[in-house]
Amino acid sequence: MAPNAQAIDWFPLWLSLRVAALATLLVLLLGTFTAFILSHKEFRGKNLLDSLITLPLVLPPTVLGYYLLVALGRSSPLGQFYETVTGQPLVFTWQAAVVAAFLHSAPIYIKAARAVLEGVDYRYQWAAFSLGASEWRTFWQVTLPLARRGLISLATLAFARSLGDFGVTIMVAGNIPGRTQTLSVAIYDAVESGNGQMARVLVLIISIVALLLLWCAGSVSSNDKFLAPYRGLLRRYRAVSVSGA
Amino acid sequence: MINARLIKRFSPGRESAAFELNVHLEAPAGITVLFGPSGAGKSLTLNCIAGFAKPDEGRVLVNDEIYFDAASGVDIPPQRRRCGYIFQDQALFPHMTVRENLLFAASVADHTRLSGLQRRRRVNELLENFQLSDLAARKPAQLSGGQKQRAALARTLVADPRILLLDEPARGLDRPLREAFYQVLKDTRQRLKVPILLVTHDVEECLELADFICLIADGRFLQCGARNQVLEHPASVEAARTLGIFNILPAEITALDPGRNYSKLKVFDQHIEGPYLPGHLLGDHGFICIRESETFVIPNRSKESSNAIELRLLAAEPSARGMRLRLQHDVSVTLPATDYESIRGQTHVRIEIPAAAVWFVPR
Repeated sequence: MAPNAQAIDWFPLWLSLRVAALATLLVLLLGTFTAFILSHKEFRGKNLLDSLITLPLVLPPTVLGYYLLVALGRSSPLGQFYETVTGQPLVFTWQAAVVAAFLHSAPIYIKAARAVLEGVDYRYQWAAFSLGASEWRTFWQVTLPLARRGLISLATLAFARSLGDFGVTIMVAGNIPGRTQTLSVAIYDAVESGNGQMARVLVLIISIVALLLLWCAGSVSSNDKFLAPYRGLLRRYRAVSVSGA
Repeated sequence: MINARLIKRFSPGRESAAFELNVHLEAPAGITVLFGPSGAGKSLTLNCIAGFAKPDEGRVLVNDEIYFDAASGVDIPPQRRRCGYIFQDQALFPHMTVRENLLFAASVADHTRLSGLQRRRRVNELLENFQLSDLAARKPAQLSGGQKQRAALARTLVADPRILLLDEPARGLDRPLREAFYQVLKDTRQRLKVPILLVTHDVEECLELADFICLIADGRFLQCGARNQVLEHPASVEAARTLGIFNILPAEITALDPGRNYSKLKVFDQHIEGPYLPGHLLGDHGFICIRESETFVIPNRSKESSNAIELRLLAAEPSARGMRLRLQHDVSVTLPATDYESIRGQTHVRIEIPAAAVWFVPR
């Protein structure tokens, strides 16, 4: 161990997981809804909405962060509304990091979820309509269950992506150790302050977590085919262990 | 009773030519078969009636209720049209069991106003009727094609539809399953007494099921009428060609005698007799349409027959009902394999055309 080793601070990891989980929840709720609107509704300004959703993918994080600071700052209507409801400002808190992570993962989720929802055979939905089911009911009981696998896989990707946001987070949530310092910000901080060991451990952790999540997303979306070759083996193992007991 | 006047235009796309559907469909209770080649507009007609496609002009009436009227802007959503729609691949919800599929239909059909218990009873009744009780707990993926088809039909009937729309329902089923499904459909026709509109491009299916036939090609009806009317008296040479069960030969009327119910026609410089042809004049040029099943080969060359023409034999191929001979002028005729032996080696065969089977259509 290096002589100047410090104890590793695990706070950034837990904060990142919490932020990513909340952001993913938001993405699932708002993103799925938006994706449904985009995939199943025709309305004026649909292309504009689509472009707005894509915008965060191409703008520099600093620009997005700036927009968020303006939109959610203490003097903005949204920021003031948040402050009256919760009693504290939004910017430079860990909740602001949730907003940043949401913005980081929502565009990709919405775009892919739209494709997933459009990929559900329209005939199932027509069949439901012709039986008398409302659009709302058809969405909940037919379209969504049929798209479930794809959406879960996308949510896993959204979670992985939420873990990784750096630019917007540092703009709106700042870099307050123990309060708003997420994993990616902590890595930057560790490298800047010459704490190589801390950086290496965190880099390794985030890489492994991301890899695991991608693997999960892949095996969910490939319709369990990933596990199929091992299923017989598992069954046999279970049979053996039961009969052995 | 369905009464639909539909006009829908499609401008040419990158991979599709311009298309216009322009039909007037009247379908009473019983099975009306929409028969025509792929791309004729059959499914589009169903979709317009069910509310999944919006006609540019026209109106759709079902039992005198307006479902759609372009002029007054009425467009009832598909949910309230109560059209039982059976899709080509059944479209049973794959994530639900058969029972859940039927219960879904029962629970969304709010016009029936059934209590939970009544719904369950109705679903059980239909499962029983369609011999699905033992399969009720299965997912659609675990059913055979025929079982899926029965389940799909049962599901639409749960909602007590006003009309039934079937889009090539027997596609992909092999012969025995097909026959079984036809029987189920005929029973349904007996029980339900609603207009049933069935789309197919399989002539056997059409002959088997139809009470009424609408021949459709390129977005237009060529002929609509009672089954036998359409089968025995095609309105035009296009109608006869669309059905695909006729031998069609160019002919000229050389004699007409209403008193003796007699006519004489010249076909490729040979003469055949037919019944009197009302509405046509001496010297009219046109076509005679004779059903393949009423065209016979005269096996013995020496045998005399008054009503026969001689045609060159192009090929002979075994078919389900014997040997199928292809003759010049696109004539085909099937004869038993044993009879084929007597004409084997001949370059020309004589075809007998029963006078009563002769049907003349103008050019």
